[in-house]
Amino acid sequence: MTMVTIEAAPTALAYGHGGGGPAPTRTVVAYGFWIFILSDIVMFSALFAAYAVLSGNTAGGPSGRELFNLRSVFVETACLLFSSYTCGLGMLSAERREVGRFLLFAALTFVLGAAFLFIEVSEFSGMVSRGAGPSRSAFLSSFFSLVGMHGAHVTAGLVWLVYMVAQVLAKGLRATVLRRLVCFSLFWHALDIVWIGVMTLVYLLGAR
Amino acid sequence: MLGRLSWAAIPFNEPLPLVTMAVVMVVIVAVLAIVTVKGWLPYLWREWVTSVDHKRIGVMYMTLGLVMLLRGFSDAIMMRTQQAIAVGGAQGYLPPDHYDQIFSAHGTIMIFFVAMPLVIGLMNFVVPLQLGVRDVAFPVLNSVSFWLTASGALLINASLVIGNFARTGWMGYPPLSELAFSPDVGVDYYLWSLQISGIGTLLTGVNFVTTILKLRAPGMTYFRMPVFCWTALASSLLIVAAFPILTATFIMLLLDRYLGMHFFTNEAGGNQMMYVNLFWAWGHPEVYILILPAFGVFSEVVAAFSGKALFSYRSMVLATLGICILSFMVWLHHFFTMGAGADVNAFFGIMSSIIAVPTGVKVFNWLFTMFRGRIVYRTPMLFAVGFIVTFVIGGMTGVLLAVPPVDFVLHNSAFLVAHFHNVIIGGVLFGALAGYNYWFPKVFGFTLDERFGKASFWCWLVGFYLAFMPLYVLGLHGMTRRLQHIDNPSWQPWLLVAEAGAVVIMCGILCQVAQLYVSIRTRESRRDLTGDPWNGRTLEWATSSPPPAYNFAVLPQVETIDAFWEMKQRGLTLAQSPYQTIEMPRNTPIGFVLAFFASATGFALIWHIWWMAILGLIGAAATFLIFGWSDDREREVSAAEIALLERTRPGQGRVA
Repeated sequence: MTMVTIEAAPTALAYGHGGGGPAPTRTVVAYGFWIFILSDIVMFSALFAAYAVLSGNTAGGPSGRELFNLRSVFVETACLLFSSYTCGLGMLSAERREVGRFLLFAALTFVLGAAFLFIEVSEFSGMVSRGAGPSRSAFLSSFFSLVGMHGAHVTAGLVWLVYMVAQVLAKGLRATVLRRLVCFSLFWHALDIVWIGVMTLVYLLGAR
Repeated sequence: MLGRLSWAAIPFNEPLPLVTMAVVMVVIVAVLAIVTVKGWLPYLWREWVTSVDHKRIGVMYMTLGLVMLLRGFSDAIMMRTQQAIAVGGAQGYLPPDHYDQIFSAHGTIMIFFVAMPLVIGLMNFVVPLQLGVRDVAFPVLNSVSFWLTASGALLINASLVIGNFARTGWMGYPPLSELAFSPDVGVDYYLWSLQISGIGTLLTGVNFVTTILKLRAPGMTYFRMPVFCWTALASSLLIVAAFPILTATFIMLLLDRYLGMHFFTNEAGGNQMMYVNLFWAWGHPEVYILILPAFGVFSEVVAAFSGKALFSYRSMVLATLGICILSFMVWLHHFFTMGAGADVNAFFGIMSSIIAVPTGVKVFNWLFTMFRGRIVYRTPMLFAVGFIVTFVIGGMTGVLLAVPPVDFVLHNSAFLVAHFHNVIIGGVLFGALAGYNYWFPKVFGFTLDERFGKASFWCWLVGFYLAFMPLYVLGLHGMTRRLQHIDNPSWQPWLLVAEAGAVVIMCGILCQVAQLYVSIRTRESRRDLTGDPWNGRTLEWATSSPPPAYNFAVLPQVETIDAFWEMKQRGLTLAQSPYQTIEMPRNTPIGFVLAFFASATGFALIWHIWWMAILGLIGAAATFLIFGWSDDREREVSAAEIALLERTRPGQGRVA
């Protein structure tokens, strides 16, 4: 038999990474969802890259400067960021098993998120009615796709929020429901991060 | 009502696909009839279709990959035959339009529906066992991943008989793939089948990153994980980081095609070069998504059949992670000729050459593992040795192509075709086949026939060289890829040799079919009762063959690299008791149901049947919501039940 070298056993946990066996479910679920969100952000990054490449290609059509209204973008941003704050407060209440407060903050989150969406949709429809729809130019294609993709995520988040509220009402704040709430709040906060990118790259730079 | 779908979509005037369709239909109907008559349907539904067991999902992935290999190979041998005979005045038997569909389908199928399922299948089966745990992090998601991949495979096969497939090559470059130049359903089949299966792959990546980083047996620190787990981790990280780029790119092309946008069009400011960049920003990491797990297989196989620990485990891990990172910095070498400029080309040329360094480290590690080892040439080891020789040749032609001036000469030539087949067949496919032969006894409890196994290896190896070495020569002579007709008669001898090579490879595939058949027929005499047929080193060999649903009755305590080898050296076996209640995930049809709706939606979108697309989406969403409501997703296996199961199945480790 050939020689086999074996690492010394006493340093078993010295590396300190995962020596203790499988992690608890809650950790695994949140971690996995976090990885999924990272992949989602990679997808957004491709759309951002496309926007960066195409933002100057207006093909004789309107540019960002003519289309963007920073005032409504400010209100939009405020709504979304505050909704993340209320979402965070809702999560804290949920952790403390305070159903009433959770429901209040969930409702606030929903209203703020819906307001964000309303402003976005009216901006979109205004642009389309002025002949600046997504097929007008490469710039507008990438604008509508990037911002619309974020809006689609917000829409999905709102549906998810309603669904989670229904679960809380039906089942209470049990462990499985809490795990899903953690995922929801991760998702909702990630949308903020993406929006900061959208606001800066698309609106602030585009409205110059 | 049916959108673009009409009887004209069925190619009644083309005998080739029509006959193929008829044969496939007869086979499917016959299989379904046998399954129904024999009363196997409930069993299949209960134990396989709805299974969330990583081992069964792994088997289903491998089956999908091997079946699709037959389809992809049929395309290959048709192309080889066309090129061998359509020289000079002869036109061959495939008209250009059909030939273009075949080379597009061949590439798409081989990458997405052969190589990916084979690699992911092995990861599925092996990783949790090697980590010493009971399943992946998200077993239900795993089932969803598989069925979405199967859904994509279904759509791409449907294109054979309903409508047609893309003529754009497997990369689908615009503007050719835009509506203006590809107005029919071909490109839509391509896009939707890859979008659907791509979601499945992405979820697999998420699942395995989480599994490997968060679920390991007690004591299994990162630097005690088997190398295959490391490569699976690197591959999964690449999936998470790269597949979303492909998804986004295809979303843009779909928006161009369906909503008249201008991402990649020739007008209104679209930029087709952006597609090429985005596609390869996914495409190059994809190469490593495929090859890294194959490297992992070879690391396991070479160590096991040399009777030695892997040489320089740490450098192997570092090389794997180095490749993982470098793989994102070389994508531009796929289009040096696009005109990015000398400085950009030089940077990517140098980076592409640098990535050969960690690969070289690996090759030397395998060689030093074999050095002074007691090498046993079983089929997996033959594939490993064949791989080392073949892959080094492919790697060297790759470094050659990484030099931009050389690439300007050889770009899109048969030389390139020879190069990437050299690394994909010699690397990924040999790896998958080595893994198939190596882990088969663990999966099914009996070994595969060695005679046919070795015969298949030699056919694959010789066939590969015969088929692709001539293409290197032809590429240097200036033959471009994807030629439906060859007007230079001096190339024909080389093409005939390549055709002969394809026939030899076909013999290899037939040997594999025979190997499987013979092995099943003689399975009673080839049972693996020890659970450790190869004198293995890692934890999957510590449990019985096949393993119980819960893999390990008591999770093993890991203290070293090559944990099972160490146990054997110390005369230890897996802890037998005290058993504790185990929570196992319940089977669920959600993966199958979601894939059903995804297939329906995909088909409807391809054919512009909008009502059906909406229904499909509603169905998928409803399935999602119904499943998302459930809390009771696990069943308990009591300690008494485990004790009973443990007593009645074959022994584990070396203590049968």
